[in-house]
Amino acid sequence: MAAVMPAPAQSRLLMSGNDAVSRAVWEAGVKVAAAYPGTPSTEMLEVISTYPDIYSEWSVNEKVSLEVAFGAAMAGSRAFCAMKHVGLNVASDALMTLTLTGVVGGLVIAVADDVGLSSSQNEQDSRFWGRFAHVPVLEPADSQEAYDYTLAAFELSEKFETPVILRMTTRICHVKGLVTVGERRTHRGAGFKKDVGRWVMVPGAAARRLPKMFERERLLRAEAEVSPLNVVEPGSDRRVGFVVSGPAYMHVRESFPDAPVLKLGFSCPVPFEKVRAFAAQCERLVVVEEVEPLVETELKAQGIAVTGKDILPLSGELAPHVLRPAIAGLLGEPAPVEKIAAPLPVFPRPPTMCVACPHLGVYYTLAQLRNVTISGDIGCYTLGFGHPWNALDACISMGASMGMALGLDKGRGESDEDKKIVAVIGDSTFLHMGMQGLLDIVYNRGNVTVLLLDNRAVGMTGGQDNPGNGRDIHGDPAPRVDFAQLVKALGVREERVHVVDPYELPTLFKRLREETRIPEPSVIITNQPCVLIKDYHKLKPYTVIDDKCTGCGNCVDIGCPAIHVTRRDRVTKASGREVDLAFVRIETAACTGCGLCVQPCAPDAIVHAEKVSVINMLKKS
Amino acid sequence: MSKITNILVVGTGGQGVMTATEILAEAAIALGHDVKKTEVAGMAQRGGVVSSHLRFGPRVLSPQISPGTADVLLGFEAAEGMRWRHMLRPDGLALMNTGRLVPPVVDIGLYTYPDDPVAAMREAGTRVYAFDASGIAGELGDIRLGNTVMLGAISDQLSFPAEVLEQCVLKRFASKKPELVELNRRAFAAGRAAAQAALRGESEACCAAT
Ligand SMILES: Cc1ncc(C[n+]2csc(CCOP(=O)(O)OP(=O)(O)O)c2C)c(N)n1
Ligand code: SF4
Ligand code: SF4
Ligand code: SF4
Repeated sequence: MAAVMPAPAQSRLLMSGNDAVSRAVWEAGVKVAAAYPGTPSTEMLEVISTYPDIYSEWSVNEKVSLEVAFGAAMAGSRAFCAMKHVGLNVASDALMTLTLTGVVGGLVIAVADDVGLSSSQNEQDSRFWGRFAHVPVLEPADSQEAYDYTLAAFELSEKFETPVILRMTTRICHVKGLVTVGERRTHRGAGFKKDVGRWVMVPGAAARRLPKMFERERLLRAEAEVSPLNVVEPGSDRRVGFVVSGPAYMHVRESFPDAPVLKLGFSCPVPFEKVRAFAAQCERLVVVEEVEPLVETELKAQGIAVTGKDILPLSGELAPHVLRPAIAGLLGEPAPVEKIAAPLPVFPRPPTMCVACPHLGVYYTLAQLRNVTISGDIGCYTLGFGHPWNALDACISMGASMGMALGLDKGRGESDEDKKIVAVIGDSTFLHMGMQGLLDIVYNRGNVTVLLLDNRAVGMTGGQDNPGNGRDIHGDPAPRVDFAQLVKALGVREERVHVVDPYELPTLFKRLREETRIPEPSVIITNQPCVLIKDYHKLKPYTVIDDKCTGCGNCVDIGCPAIHVTRRDRVTKASGREVDLAFVRIETAACTGCGLCVQPCAPDAIVHAEKVSVINMLKKS
Repeated sequence: MSKITNILVVGTGGQGVMTATEILAEAAIALGHDVKKTEVAGMAQRGGVVSSHLRFGPRVLSPQISPGTADVLLGFEAAEGMRWRHMLRPDGLALMNTGRLVPPVVDIGLYTYPDDPVAAMREAGTRVYAFDASGIAGELGDIRLGNTVMLGAISDQLSFPAEVLEQCVLKRFASKKPELVELNRRAFAAGRAAAQAALRGESEACCAAT
């Protein structure tokens, strides 16, 4: 995307938390911004990349993005990186030592926790990293605060020479609210100053930095005591005082308008004295934090009596309808009776792969393989575990398909002696963390068939560009990785590397069957783009000729959402066997003509839509 | 807090639910309201459930609509109305597209699609105005006009004139695709007429019953 003219200062704009952070990053004079996509954080870098005068990039993974940002901050420039919660697990190796060196230019790490698990493999609380790495954590409660706190985070980062974690949650990232924006200020980088005692973390040097880090933490706690981000809002109903952070603040204010509230915007290190003074004004304290009892546990350790996770859930959002009954219970009041109608039972609507997705043929083929264990990974293709394919057996974290497959191979139980092990991984996931696992498979002579699904995009998060498609974050041409060369360089033998078109089912099946029979590492690379990106071109749509459809249901097994069952039946074959029939129609307006469903249709009932109209015309004439 | 309006817009990924809510938000802002808009949209891009919350008034705190407090439910897909109708306050109103989107789990026979979602909602006590927004959009030439039809339908249920919302819809297209302004104007009017007809239908039914 080309740089756009940013809205003028003092405009009031409807912004998501991600938009607001991005605007503040630009205004703060940041020079370098880096990220690997991940819901709900992705839009931050997408939006930053549209601002002028700021270098932005998609990095190959979160660890690299943090290292890039840190390099810029070492050089004295302001730097930013964004990631989803699990991204910081990947980046944590860098974090745990760069906290010792500290920074020169401001370094802000926005971490988006998926509270409520709308699109993640786990729900973890990134505020732990503040404690573990001894860095401050700021927790905005809405878009305006996301903007304000980002600016404050850069100031704090430079004042204390520390990286700062800006802790976002799905509700902050994606809620839109009104934000008043300001001017961009220029920030002059101090330039890199050689200082091996500070920047080269060998044991002796690191040991000398430790006391500095703890001293910094002490000063940060003192800062939190006086910070304007930690405010007491007095209230007339003092039966319960709330100590709140993050989006839960808004829910508390909404639910208990008259209660005193201590809002911790700068929640780590916790300002204990401020909490003590607040406690003196209330009959009892309740800590409302998403999701783990971090502040609560620390307050208890200080001897401050608080209630928290004993009455509130340990996971999910603390919305008003969760808070109200819990507090009523604490006060011994009857739970508020709200006249809520019962939900009506209705089928689930799980996410599906797109019409004509290049992964469909792969899973259709995998579903035909017998005696196979399929080690999966994270991306759109994770959906292959579901119906109608049921062809993915495990998935934990990015890149794990490789190591898990090797472990499944080496750790075979007796019953698995002849099991074939297949690993399925997407292009972006392979580049993020999968390459190392494949090298491990090759080096340790594993017997694994790897399906590398190269759809030239980070599909799951919205089709971002990556090193596999030769475009950078602005969509401009960039060097493109050659997957076949890459896996050969990792040691997979040339004869065992195949590039196949995932819409050619017979070839795909043949390759898979062959490679799973050969007891050495092999890689089958698919080469068709995600349908959401510009590399994809629609073809002529198909339709079903009713009279020809025998109801065999083969096309339904492709799993394309454009194929709908119109009628079911059950017949008894001559052999006496009962067979279920499913007659179908194709939603021609949605079909993009990939041709997958045509291939398993024996009676040739699926034809190009135009041909039918010609036939109809002939019939009419 | 009493002056907050809660509108819940629901449908499936790709139907334009979030855009429609955003346009409603813009209209509320144009009238000087504070606004918060939030989605629960998991992997919505790929055909999942989408519910978008819009709250506006003098000052909005929590972005979430609590169950049982939505003033209006704008349903882009028939069965999705069933899924969310418990979010309405007891005398709230559901404006439902009767158009259906059958998910693959139904096609492969794991679940069934309800025979008559609107009737099921009514039986359960929800006040519903139903009309075929998908059909109207299709007749106008493009199923993607469905969200403008839905916005037309809700335009007479708001605390501000329908024209404010219409202007916000048209403004979007005026800048990006001016050739679509006229079509959207018609889609908006058709949605408005359809909801009014549904209202008349309901009052006639009431009269007939008494
Ligand atoms: C550590 C980590 N970072 C980011 C994500 C978010 N995420 C999930 S899948 C995915 C990438 C999927 O891309 P690809 O492997 O190319 O598969 P596709 O979705 O295109 O099929 C990302 C970035 C994550 N789950 N974990
Ligand atoms: S976004 Fe792309 S990769 Fe993901 S399901 Fe759709 S077509 Fe497939
Ligand atoms: S050809 Fe078949 S599988 Fe491909 S998009 Fe059309 S309906 Fe779907
Ligand atoms: S594969 Fe062909 S014959 Fe079988 S159900 Fe599909 S359209 Fe009908």
